[in-house]
Amino acid sequence: MVSPLDHKLLRDLWRMKGQAMAIGMVIAVGVGMLVMMTGLVTSLNETRAAYYERYRLADVFAPVTRAPDRLAGRLAAIDGVRSVEARVIGGALIDLDGIDLPVQAQAVSLPDLRNPRLNGVFLTDGRMIDRDRTDEILLLQSFAMAHGLRPGDRIQATMNGARRGFRIVGLAQSPEFLYTTAPGELIPDDARFGVIWMSRSALAAAYDMEGAFNEALLSLTRGANPAAVQEAVDRILIPYGGTGAYPLADQTSNRFVSEEISGLEAAAAGVPPVFLAVAAFLLYIVINRMVQSEREEIGLMKAFGYTNTEVGGHYFKLVMAIAIGGALAGCLMGIAGGRALIHIYIAYFKFPFLVFQLDPASFVTGVSVSILSASVGGMLVLRSVFALTPATAMRAPAPADYSRTGKMGRALNVWLDQPSRMVVRRITRQPGRMAGAMIGIACGMALCVSMITIYAGFDRTIDLTFNVIDRSDVMVSFNQDVSETAIFNLRRMEGVTLVEPVRHVPAILRNGRNSHRGVVTGLAPDARLNRALDNDLAEIPLQKTGIALSTALADILKIRPGDMLTVDVRTGRQPVLQIPVTAVAQSLLGAPAYMDLAALNRVLREPNRVSGAYLSIDQVHASAIYTKLQDMPTVAGVGLKSQAEVAFQTLMNTGAGAIRYVMGAIAFVITFGIVYNAARIAYAERSRDLASLRVIGFTRAETAFVLLGELAIVTLVALPLGGVLGYYLSFSIAAGFSSELYQIPAIFDPASYGFAAMVVIGAAVGSGWLVKRDIDRAELVSALKTRE
Amino acid sequence: MTRNTFSTKGLTKVYGEGRSAVHALRGVDLDIPEGEIVVLLGPSGSGKSTLLNIIGGLDRATDGTALFHDQNLSEMSDRELTRYRRDHVGFVFQFYNLMPSLTARENVELVTEIARDPMDSDEALAMVGLRERVDHFPAQLSGGEQQRVAIARAVAKNPTVLFCDEPTGALDSTTGRSVLNVLKDVNEKLGATVLIVTHAASQAAMADRVIHFADGGIRKVVLNEKKLTPEEIEW
Repeated sequence: MVSPLDHKLLRDLWRMKGQAMAIGMVIAVGVGMLVMMTGLVTSLNETRAAYYERYRLADVFAPVTRAPDRLAGRLAAIDGVRSVEARVIGGALIDLDGIDLPVQAQAVSLPDLRNPRLNGVFLTDGRMIDRDRTDEILLLQSFAMAHGLRPGDRIQATMNGARRGFRIVGLAQSPEFLYTTAPGELIPDDARFGVIWMSRSALAAAYDMEGAFNEALLSLTRGANPAAVQEAVDRILIPYGGTGAYPLADQTSNRFVSEEISGLEAAAAGVPPVFLAVAAFLLYIVINRMVQSEREEIGLMKAFGYTNTEVGGHYFKLVMAIAIGGALAGCLMGIAGGRALIHIYIAYFKFPFLVFQLDPASFVTGVSVSILSASVGGMLVLRSVFALTPATAMRAPAPADYSRTGKMGRALNVWLDQPSRMVVRRITRQPGRMAGAMIGIACGMALCVSMITIYAGFDRTIDLTFNVIDRSDVMVSFNQDVSETAIFNLRRMEGVTLVEPVRHVPAILRNGRNSHRGVVTGLAPDARLNRALDNDLAEIPLQKTGIALSTALADILKIRPGDMLTVDVRTGRQPVLQIPVTAVAQSLLGAPAYMDLAALNRVLREPNRVSGAYLSIDQVHASAIYTKLQDMPTVAGVGLKSQAEVAFQTLMNTGAGAIRYVMGAIAFVITFGIVYNAARIAYAERSRDLASLRVIGFTRAETAFVLLGELAIVTLVALPLGGVLGYYLSFSIAAGFSSELYQIPAIFDPASYGFAAMVVIGAAVGSGWLVKRDIDRAELVSALKTRE
Repeated sequence: MTRNTFSTKGLTKVYGEGRSAVHALRGVDLDIPEGEIVVLLGPSGSGKSTLLNIIGGLDRATDGTALFHDQNLSEMSDRELTRYRRDHVGFVFQFYNLMPSLTARENVELVTEIARDPMDSDEALAMVGLRERVDHFPAQLSGGEQQRVAIARAVAKNPTVLFCDEPTGALDSTTGRSVLNVLKDVNEKLGATVLIVTHAASQAAMADRVIHFADGGIRKVVLNEKKLTPEEIEW
């Protein structure tokens, strides 16, 4: 048996369905975002873990110059090692028709007689290689697709100086190569780096590795100590040219995927709570005002003999119906949104399958935040309403007392007409209520400002990286560290206007317990093409003895100028150096560390070595220059900055960064919801006054002015406040989007504020238009009959 | 012969449709001459307020014609009805419907600002005996005073016709009488036709013409030979 109060509840909900839905939507969007983002991150982590496990991705990678096969048995005997795969890898250059530059590739061996114990491949097209056919290869699917290559096609590749023809028999994916980055570059690009799998015997023959391997893969038993295993591996391999075993966490592709997922994770942890908090605050305000407007019905029910608890319970149910309804709708929206987005990300991360999983905690958080904010909003106002005697409901409503506002506005009266005075007095009489609406709208403005600031931050990152820090056209990398004569050869080429040497030295940088596996970049003094810049974009003069770290790296290592940095060099003699940090450099891409080239060579005791060069070229000669570079035996790869910029842009618009557009859209929806709710409530509170104005003979436009004027003033006051809030909010959102891979600055960009203001004003105009429609449609008679 | 302010023919108002339809007015034929005080009497739901709403330009008839002078209200657009209310009609309601954010004077000025030929707002307030309280907000006025502000607001535009829906419904007898006196003054001084809808049969005594309503139609129309003053009315 449904009680009469519950009947009333259902009817009330139906009556206020428009408003209830508007409130519910705001909380739904906040909750939905939380559920969607956490679900996305959970699913990606689960899928990655499942993919790694199914294709037996190694836990430790150990590169070595040339180690005899028998060492594999010794490696397998190390305590904590479950299995070992010794393989041959080698650099290759693939020649493709119609492409000036040869494309760098890595050749990877597959065992002749069995499946690889570790780092399996997933065949997506064609068949596996035939161990008797030395010219058969598998090609990385993403690379093949980027160049339109299919099983059955033939390609030419240069391996170890010899040019050979190969037949593609299959396309494959591997958890090891989800992301491929050309050596010396930071940004992955499917088209610019390939992976070739071929039989161990064929590859060993090409690289003189018969009976030997140059990379060991190890998987560990549960509970093994990775550091101890790595040390044991190094002890065995260093005599054979081992450059140091490293864990999966430092493996290029995995590191990139992890960075991207943790970028999403940071965005999921940092941004939705802000949105949810704004939605919850709005819910509080709206519920508060809604219950306030029910004041008289509450009095009436009390007059009938209902207790405070019964009446309170009734309204509590009403509030909960809206809050829980909104939260549940949000959960559903989050699941649907997550499902839609996850497919985009699965394709982006090149996972061959999907493990869709939601985070139950996000549902609990979302629903409880909604319930909490709605109950607080409802309860606070109910308490004041309960103080009313039932008799107030039986009497004609006393007009709200505006007597205090009259005194403050004498001067206004001279130049304000009556409708304007109504607007001004209402705002000044109920500053608390107006402040609520204003703060709500300011929060919407803040969300918009910070999201648009983030958009500008992404552009800034690209601009700073590719136009300010790196001003070269071409980056050349050499096969190995070569003498500076290579630079002179480059300078002599026709059309090359400027050449700057660079040396990249792989190293593990340590400060106490914090470490980072990266690269130390040696730059020429007075470098003009690639420079270390400080926060004011002034060039940092590189000292003869010190190292300058990028902001991101200094943060990772928790180190400041003046401190001593340990540089554990992972090439050549592998010395461990102590170098003072002299400056912190502005960089938004990667986490570089800069040294003066001569100083770097001096501490390595390898004078006049370079590993690459930045070139500035005359575009007229570009094609000829590429051809010449291709013919130089010392050149391992050539990268164009323009290509890198496009790849970076693509990365930002399809990876973790892409979520900014989804968040931006949600920010706009919330902003609209806030403004629309503010307008709706103001209308609900004033419908009787407005009807009276219409009866007296005010036109629709004149009547609407009284209501919309209020909305306009509240909105305009909210804009600057929202701008200030947004300024601070943008820092935390920018931090959420920044990763080791790239950083997003929260820069003050007036255009972002202008655009956000336009969005809020647009929302206000749209809401005003919707409410004005209701003013126009309002039945004058019924509006007059209802008492306030 | 005096001309009619209103004249209706077959005026019908139906709320809802089909089985749930409610016939609020069932073909009302009525003439209201200029300058009279007319009282519409009848129980709740008899149709008197519906009639007032239609000829006041607040609502539209389902069928029939309602002429104001020679203009057909049934054919007016929304814009024209607004114009009509603005220029010709004053309203007084049971619950006053004052703007709480405006002072007494400002409430009156709300109308004088938009009317074609208004009187001075202070003069209108003086007429209802509120010269001293022009700067008070509604919350600072008693119910009777609020109603008198509402009347001042209604008459300040020099209306052709004044509609009063239960104007004394929320007032005690003394205050009610003073309000009725104001209505009488307005009728005599401005020549406005005054229509009063009320439950209180005794108020009929001050009218020139009393129209009795029942079941959506006019039961009878009584012309008052000898009008009483509000003071003489039994409350």
